[in-house]
Amino acid sequence: MQRVIAKTVKEAPFFGGVAFFVILSAFPFYWMLITSFKTNSDLYSVTNIPFWFNDPPTLEHFRYLFHETLFMTWLLNSLIIGLCVVAITLVTALPAGYSLARMTGRKGEALGIGIFLTYLVPPTLLFLPLSRVVADLGLQNSMWSLVLIYPTFTIPFCTWLLMGFFKALPPEIEEAAIVDGCSLFGAFIKMAIPLSLPGILTVVIFTFTLTLQEFVYALTFVSTSSQKPITLGVATDLIRGDIFYWGEIMAGALLASIPVAIAYNIFLDRFIAGITGGAVK
Amino acid sequence: MVAIAQSVPKPASRFRFIFDRRDVLGSIFVAPAILYVLLLVGVPFLLAVYYSVSAFTIYNPSWRFVGLANFEQIVQNPVFLQTLGNTFIFTFGSQILGLILGKFGALLLLRPFPGRKIVRALIILPWAVPVALATVAWQWMFDSLYSVINWTLIALGIITRSQAPNWLGNQYLAMLSVIVVNAWRFFPFAIVIFLAGITAIPQDVLDAATIDGAGFWRRNYQIIVPMILPIVAVGLIFGIVFTFTDLSIVFLLTMGGPVSATSVLGFEGFQVGIISGDVSHGAAISLFMLPVLFVVVVLMLRFIRRREI
Repeated sequence: MQRVIAKTVKEAPFFGGVAFFVILSAFPFYWMLITSFKTNSDLYSVTNIPFWFNDPPTLEHFRYLFHETLFMTWLLNSLIIGLCVVAITLVTALPAGYSLARMTGRKGEALGIGIFLTYLVPPTLLFLPLSRVVADLGLQNSMWSLVLIYPTFTIPFCTWLLMGFFKALPPEIEEAAIVDGCSLFGAFIKMAIPLSLPGILTVVIFTFTLTLQEFVYALTFVSTSSQKPITLGVATDLIRGDIFYWGEIMAGALLASIPVAIAYNIFLDRFIAGITGGAVK
Repeated sequence: MVAIAQSVPKPASRFRFIFDRRDVLGSIFVAPAILYVLLLVGVPFLLAVYYSVSAFTIYNPSWRFVGLANFEQIVQNPVFLQTLGNTFIFTFGSQILGLILGKFGALLLLRPFPGRKIVRALIILPWAVPVALATVAWQWMFDSLYSVINWTLIALGIITRSQAPNWLGNQYLAMLSVIVVNAWRFFPFAIVIFLAGITAIPQDVLDAATIDGAGFWRRNYQIIVPMILPIVAVGLIFGIVFTFTDLSIVFLLTMGGPVSATSVLGFEGFQVGIISGDVSHGAAISLFMLPVLFVVVVLMLRFIRRREI
């Protein structure tokens, strides 16, 4: 018994530290959660204990969000944008990543790093010229402008990730397929792609989450409510004049955050291997 | 027998030879990605540079070359100088805070303990969740009247209701707030990077050092830190680039206020170039990011090269 107590005392700073980090990271999300289920009279009171329900929980904010706002439209817009960008990214980045991984010598590596560096060119530098491009194409205030522009950062990023995954694949497998009568192109389609499916899945998930996380381009190019993606809609459209609909905003933020948070946690290790290891593997 | 006799090789298609030449196929494979990036990153980038030396506004789209006049006007504007200073404070303040939090968090998560997976999943949240949504949650926590932070401080007896700070309304507190929110958003990334670096250190190196008499701090600062430096540098470069050019946190939390106390380059470029339509000055403001980005990219290339040796 004494040993248990002694151990607990010794471990206290450690678990105290862990608790600090958990509260620091998760509290804003707990705050989203509890705000979205509180009644307005409970929410807008300076005397109520804010950490728990003083009135019974309510679904009113969610009802309002789904029926009185464009939330479902934003959700659908984000889904369409995400799927289109994933398609464009896969069609361009898969062959590029493969080709760069198999290029011999310095050229492939230099090209790979060159493409990746464009990922670091920030939206806040490009939004002025790109808004002209978007206007010239007649896409201003349309979510299709985002379908066009988002691949500018997903292609570099995913080419880099895929390059890493393809490098991990021994070239002997494709060589064997070629000896058996496959063309080079066939070896890519029939051997390299099926064998890299886990990597490709990672790329699909991350492309999708990157499109959900983007804010600057959406803010710049889209101002019509019905064309907004979910992140922009929730953050900027649930405000009437000076009044913030906090219950609805938090409910929307919560619903949009959950899938991204889950995807990140599942694919995190591959993601880190991708961004830090693409150059060394 | 018949089957064998009939299996004459298919006449090769006209394109077959293209698909079978390794170098040609390689180029065809890379071409779409490079074209996309050239057309929608490379060309716009040059256009941004040209905007900054032209007299282009959305009301008067003229391509007239004005030299460095835009830049001269900008640097004489005290608001811009403040913006430039704010951008550095914002970037380095949040990166240092994020790195400190990241290092301590990584030390804690290195040790196995029951529930570590769940703890890790919760700690990743600030980085995983779309930044705009997390920022909105913070905005609500910083609310001038219903701030949960103030409520807690009052309940603990640290301050009284009349002393309750207006987090986003005071110039120093507003800067502190945007720095904290950005550090909060980046520290999970720093933890993950530190963990990836530390777990990549071969155990025998640490064992050898322990046998040679190195204690905890010595192992930490003379072996672990130097060995994880390259990977941490890559992480830090990401952090610096994305913070230095950020717009969303400032836009959602403070709108650059109060009185441009938290205005940063990305935000100012947006205000001038997009909202006011003064494209040439907006582009010139945004271009002030370039020297920092350039230095960062050079450092990054150097680290990538060093790691390969």
